[in-house]
Parts: sequence; C-alpha cells; structure tokens
Amino acid sequence: MFDSFVALLKRDLLLAMRRRSDIFTVLFFFIIVVSIFPLGISFEQAVLQKIAPGVVWVAALLASTLALERIFANDYADGTLEQMLLTPQPLWVLVFAKTLAHWLLTGLPLVLIAPLAGLQYHLSASTIGTMMLVLLIGTPILSMVGAIGAALTLGLRGGGILISLLVLPLYVPVLVYGSGAIEAAMQGDVSLQPYYLLLSAFLLLALVFTPWATAASLRISVE
Amino acid sequence: MSEFFAMGGYGFYVWSSMGMVLFLMLLEPIVLKVQHGRLIKYIQRQKRRQAARSNTPASASTAGQNES
Amino acid sequence: MAMNWFKYSSPSTFYPLASKMIPVFMTLAILLTLGGLYWGFFETPEVLSDQKQYYKIIYVHVASAWMAMWLYVVMVGWAVLGLIFNTRMSYIVASATAVTGAIMTALSLWTGAFWGQTSWGTWWDWDPRMTTQLILLFLYIGYIALQSAIEDTRRSDRASAVLAIVGLAIVPVIYYSINCPNPNECASLHQESSLKRIESNILIAMMVTVAGFWMYCFAVILMRVRNIILQRESHTQWVERLEVSK
Repeated sequence: MFDSFVALLKRDLLLAMRRRSDIFTVLFFFIIVVSIFPLGISFEQAVLQKIAPGVVWVAALLASTLALERIFANDYADGTLEQMLLTPQPLWVLVFAKTLAHWLLTGLPLVLIAPLAGLQYHLSASTIGTMMLVLLIGTPILSMVGAIGAALTLGLRGGGILISLLVLPLYVPVLVYGSGAIEAAMQGDVSLQPYYLLLSAFLLLALVFTPWATAASLRISVE
Repeated sequence: MSEFFAMGGYGFYVWSSMGMVLFLMLLEPIVLKVQHGRLIKYIQRQKRRQAARSNTPASASTAGQNES
Repeated sequence: MAMNWFKYSSPSTFYPLASKMIPVFMTLAILLTLGGLYWGFFETPEVLSDQKQYYKIIYVHVASAWMAMWLYVVMVGWAVLGLIFNTRMSYIVASATAVTGAIMTALSLWTGAFWGQTSWGTWWDWDPRMTTQLILLFLYIGYIALQSAIEDTRRSDRASAVLAIVGLAIVPVIYYSINCPNPNECASLHQESSLKRIESNILIAMMVTVAGFWMYCFAVILMRVRNIILQRESHTQWVERLEVSK
C-alpha cells in the first residue's frame, strides 16, 4: 500500500515536471492578484499593512481553487482514473497521493513566494515568518477540501468557476484564522498559539476525513 | 388605520419585509402550480401521440402488447 | 414491519400521498402564519410602543432564518437516506428542499437587512448569524448549481448529496470561526440564547409564525416533489394513467 502511494506520488510529480508552466501559472496568478489590490485600493503603507492578511489569503484561496481541476482532470481524460478505481489498493491512499502531489506543486510554491507579497505590503520579517507558517499549515487543507470539489465536478463544463462556487464557502474557517493569525502577528503582543492550534486541528481533521470523502466522490463521478 | 400602516414611522421597513414575505410565499406556490399544469399537459400530449402511433395499420398487431 | 418503511419510497405511491397532503399543509400554513402575525401585530401593544414598532419584523425574520437552517438539515437527512438506501424518492425530496431552503435563506437576509437598519442603524453588519445565513445561501446555491451541471440524474443526485453532507459538517466550524475570529478572547463565546428574554406574547406569536412557515414549506416542497416526479417518471405507465383532475 505504501509502495503504490509513493509510486503514484512520484508519477504525478514527474508528469507535472514535464509541464512546468502549470506550476508557474498558479504562482503568477497569485502574484498578479496580490499586486492588483494596492492599485485598486491605496498605496499607503498603513492601509496596505492592514489589508495584507486578507489579501494574501484571498489570493491564495483563488489560486488554489483555479488549480484544483488539475488533480483528476488529466487522469480522467485518458482513462487512468478508471484504472485506479479498479485496483485493489484502497482508493483513499491513491487520492491522498494525488492530493499531496497537487499541494507540492501548487500550495507549497505559494508558501515560498509569499515573502514577495510581504515585501509589497510592507510587512515586517517576523510577520512574514508567521505568514509563511500559517500558509504552510493552511494550503494543504485547501488542497484536500478542494479535492472533494474536484472529484464531484469531474468532466463538467464550467470547471474552475463551478469548483470555486462549491468550495470557497468551505474555506471560510481557514481564511478567518489564517488571516487572523497574520493580523495578530502584526499586533505583536498577542499569543499566536491558539491560531496555530486551531489551524493544525483543521489540518488533522482534513487529513482524516477528506481522502475518504474524495474517494467516495470519485466513485460517484466515474461509475 | 393610518397608524397601522405608519407603524410608528417604521412603516417602510415593516411593510417591505412583510411584502417580500407575502410576495415570495405567493409566487412559489403559483409557479409550482403552473409548472404542474404544464407537465400534466405535456404528459397527456405524449400519451396521445403514443396512442396515435400505435393505431397506424403497420403496428396494429403490436397494439395489444402495448396495453400490458 | 420493515416492509412498511419503504411503502412510500416509490414515486408511484408517494405522488398520490403528496397530492392529498398539500392542501392540508397549505391550509394549516395560512391559518398558523396569519394567526401568528395577527397575534404579534395586535396583541402586543403594551410591549411595542411607537418607538419599537419595527420589532414586528422579527416574526418573519426569525421564522425564515430558522427555516433556512432547518431545511438544510432536512435536505442533508434525505441525502443521507438516499445514499444509504439508494432510493430515488429520497434524492427527489432533497432536491425539492434545496430550492425552498434557498428562498427562505434569501428571505431571512432580506428581512434581516430591514431589521438591522431599524434596530442597529445599518443595513448589513458582519455579525455571525447573518454572515452564516449568507454562507448558507452559498451552500444552497452550490448544491443547486452542481445538480444542474450534471446531466446524468443518478450521478447528479449522489454528487450533490455528498456536497450537502460536507457542507453541513463544516457549517458549525464556519459559524464558530466568524463568531470567534480571535481565539484569545473567546473564552466564553457562546451568545446567550435570547429566547429566554422575550416577552411571552411576542414569543407566542413568533412560535406560531414559525409553525406556519413549517407548514408552508412542507406544502411547497411536496408540490415541487410532485413536479420533479412528473419530470423524471414521465415515461412510466402509472404517470400516463394519472387522473387529470389535479
């Protein structure tokens, strides 16, 4: 079981590496969204610092939902997905491998490029540190919960927008605490521990429940 | 009577709320009733077309089977 | 006894039952809703002085908000039944409930805006309850959108069922997170239920109106269920043999 997990993970990463542009489009989308807000709102440092947590997180949410289609779309199109459903391996293991690959390719790069957004919004180094950590815990949740949406909307027209419609309401708790943590970090004298604990709790819950829900959704979509 | 409509100065708010409630709670059943009527008519038309088709000489022999 | 549970799980038996129950529920709905509102408008002069006449909005606001929430739970209940027993009727009732639920949510947001403007001075305030109602509307719309995006009936029923269940699981977390965005200050977050502090006449009027809304929702959902049955089962013989009276 572990072998098939690793094999599938390696395969997905390898396939994605052959089309590296996919990774960069997500990154650039994030950067563009983050860059557009100041143009539409204000260039003042104080204002930017105030809106930074929300803007960074909303940009991360949007970038994440737009990339979700890709988790299963290619495999569904060429029939590989059906084969995966027929293997004796538990489906949730395979789903977990694919979701992990997806996060490594779209979520993790966001974490790494976040300091750039931090600079644009005049955030201090420690705040940027909090931001990276919070994104590190939060983006896997986005990938995992989003995978359910991707599985339900397999092969449908309206793809990315439909997934966003279904999945964005479910992201609200992560958004609230993720941006709340960054805001608290800027205040300086507030304890960040409850935020980290809550987000980690969400992550654990997602790890336990979402692969199974995604697997069930895949079976529904592919039969 | 006019006091009732004025609602102590809040008439606009109270009646806008009540009005929307009344509007939607009338609209929904009416729309559903109309849709129901249309569906029934559609089904009856289908039934008549089916009957007409099975009454042509070519399929007269299978007309009996259709009844079962 | 096990047989009887599934007696009405077939569209052909449910349809006549629904037809019989709709007028009953509609009548009850009209009586209870008008009765409740009458009580609320005319039996409470001592409590609602001129400065507080706007309070009368609360009857329909609370009724629609509660219906919005309960109908979602009802919808998920039918979705779960459908997934477990694989009965077509369960999914049909779930779909019918979704539309009425969305309408109730929209109504609660509308009346809530008027309530907010009169009692707090603002049309919208990101308070936990109204914001959760807004998210609930998004969840309903997501359900309806997913259903209409999938052409195959079986797949669309089951996919939207899963979506509804996932939504229900997350709604409490959403409410908690909006209610308590700063965990450091949330030791005693629970908003004391304000039901205990309401004057009894107003409470009675409110409860009766809520009951009226329940009856209305039953009636309207059953109407929609009948229509969905007609759409899905139009090629069956029992439908073709339907008496044309209704």
